[in-house]
Amino acid sequence: MTASTKPTAPGATDVVLEAVGLTKHFPVRRRPRDLLTRTRRAVRAVDDVGLVLRRGQVTAMVGESGSGKSTVARLLAQLVRQTSGRISLHGDEVRTRGGRAFRAYCRRVQLVFQDPFASLNPVHTVRYHLTRALRIHHRDRDVTAALHDLLTRVQLTPPEQFLAKYPHELSGGQRQRVAIARALAAGPEALLADEPVSMLDVSIRLGVLNLLRDLRDRLDLAILYITHDIASARYFADDVLVMYAGQVVEGGDGEAVTQRAAHPYTRLLIASAPDPDRIAGEADEDTAESGGEPPSLIDPPAGCRFHPRCPHAMARCRTEAPPRLSVDGNGSGHWAACWLYDAPTVAEAAT
Amino acid sequence: MTREPVLSIRNLSVDYGLGDAAVRAVRDVSLTLHRGEVLGLAGESGSGKSTLAYGMLRLLPPPGVIRGGQVTYHPRDGEPIELLSLSRKRLRRFRWAEVAIVFQGAMNSLNPVHTVATQLTDVIAAHEPRTTAAARRARAVELLKLVGINADRLGSYPHQLSGGMRQRVMIAMALALEPRVVVMDEPTTALDVVMQRQILATLVELRERIGFSVLFITHDLSLLVEFSDRIAIMYGGRIVESAPAAELYRSSLHPYSDGLLHSFPALRGPRRELSGIPGSPPDLRAMPAGCAFHPRCPKAFDPCADRAPELAEPAGREDAGRSVACWLHTAERVTP
Repeated sequence: MTASTKPTAPGATDVVLEAVGLTKHFPVRRRPRDLLTRTRRAVRAVDDVGLVLRRGQVTAMVGESGSGKSTVARLLAQLVRQTSGRISLHGDEVRTRGGRAFRAYCRRVQLVFQDPFASLNPVHTVRYHLTRALRIHHRDRDVTAALHDLLTRVQLTPPEQFLAKYPHELSGGQRQRVAIARALAAGPEALLADEPVSMLDVSIRLGVLNLLRDLRDRLDLAILYITHDIASARYFADDVLVMYAGQVVEGGDGEAVTQRAAHPYTRLLIASAPDPDRIAGEADEDTAESGGEPPSLIDPPAGCRFHPRCPHAMARCRTEAPPRLSVDGNGSGHWAACWLYDAPTVAEAAT
Repeated sequence: MTREPVLSIRNLSVDYGLGDAAVRAVRDVSLTLHRGEVLGLAGESGSGKSTLAYGMLRLLPPPGVIRGGQVTYHPRDGEPIELLSLSRKRLRRFRWAEVAIVFQGAMNSLNPVHTVATQLTDVIAAHEPRTTAAARRARAVELLKLVGINADRLGSYPHQLSGGMRQRVMIAMALALEPRVVVMDEPTTALDVVMQRQILATLVELRERIGFSVLFITHDLSLLVEFSDRIAIMYGGRIVESAPAAELYRSSLHPYSDGLLHSFPALRGPRRELSGIPGSPPDLRAMPAGCAFHPRCPKAFDPCADRAPELAEPAGREDAGRSVACWLHTAERVTP
């Protein structure tokens, strides 16, 4: 059952985690000549990103490497502090500076990392990993029962067989399930999954995605699914956001974004994805025209950051960054940050 | 397409380690690469696909041991060459001139302290020492142009290039001596989809222009279906199915191939519920008896657990050029 068919309760309680104007600039070491000019350069990894995670829904964030999608996850988990912008959990602004406030926050928002080979400690057993998470977050719980419950939930059964195992004794898929179980041990409301399946073998990826979907339905989790694979985003997510060079360029319902992509970058991404039904060598209109590479984030292009690669670039694109514009104009929530959806601009460019 | 073989592998077996403790990574694999063809080799991690490629070129570091088999290279003219019995000196001359390889993580296989020009001309100097420095440089410019990089990048160091450009330099380097076979081991896994498509399009175009054969190793079957002529699928060190790409996509015979093809969510068409393949890839140290896939196979029946099926032409089918190792498709099939 997908969440879109579920009767969703209206109101603010539905929104678990919300980010408004989220920005992160990483300072760059100053060069000798910068000392004279007093300029401070920074990598604009994330610029003015807004997103909403709803209860019982999967929101996918799609982008190439370097587009800032992992930084968004780290910001939302409060592992790094934002330069500016606001994150709110159930409407309350999140202000954590480590310590107790941070611990209370990460009890409710948990992160699952990309590489289960690196995120589990090789010298500790599964029991240790899970017990530690349980002890930290819920001191009063019965550990044995909770351990069984967790492992059963991530379909590592029988649980007794897995508790004494070390990470190297598990396959990649099983390790990622342990990592997910550890995140669930805190009893979170939101799960941030940063490329949870990209390190796994193709044949077991779907197993892990289906598990996450099952958890979404049973525990009513809000999941942020970060990926570079737009096809898996379509398969797994309710809403899809597309990131390019630190900004969200398109967003909306998963089917709308992947089937009726509006932003030229999303179209390029979709045209580039492997497609067995296409005949080799048959160039797509969008891939043939847009060559090039993502821009430097230290000196991003003025205006729309995609304009140097965009086949439809107009004069306004070079000077002014586009706002979020509705694509089909019927209030479906499908939007794109592209001047092509602003009728006056298109008319002006045509003359 | 001409069906003239360029490289043929017969019954190649590769182990890691010796004696009873040896892990049998590649078991009895036979494969033929034809002239001008892109042969895709697909499989999950640990299926032995990279070991097969390194084994046939004798590039395996210890404890890799070639246990048996034959690898024959058919040159343009003259006698076929047995790679596994070639002397070190001749092997050194043979590699790169006839068969070049683009390594996994090729982005990191460039030397960081040398410029692109030095590394490209070095390849030519090593194999054709009589060329002049100016001629080598001219060839380097030509090679970069071939893969779509501007000649003013010759003086750049690898860190000054983006990942996609480094990958292109690696491909240019592989083509420097006009080899007849290029082995590509996961050439684009570290790249983004947009760059991946650009590079593969360049490669397909170059193959048509220059006419070399490609052995393309990857775990991404959807990519292979689109870009290769023929696909061989490996599982647990054996080839379980080999067929022309389009036919494999349309009607796969082995349950594992079928499972792999249904592990990719589609970008177009109706949204389907997908399941992947239950279980996990086999441990090479403790392989299941019989067919290596039977513990995960939805169609397993009696003989699967006892005897390993041979790779053979599927019984009762007309189409040539296919082979499959599965009891479901053998003539002596026991009724399930």
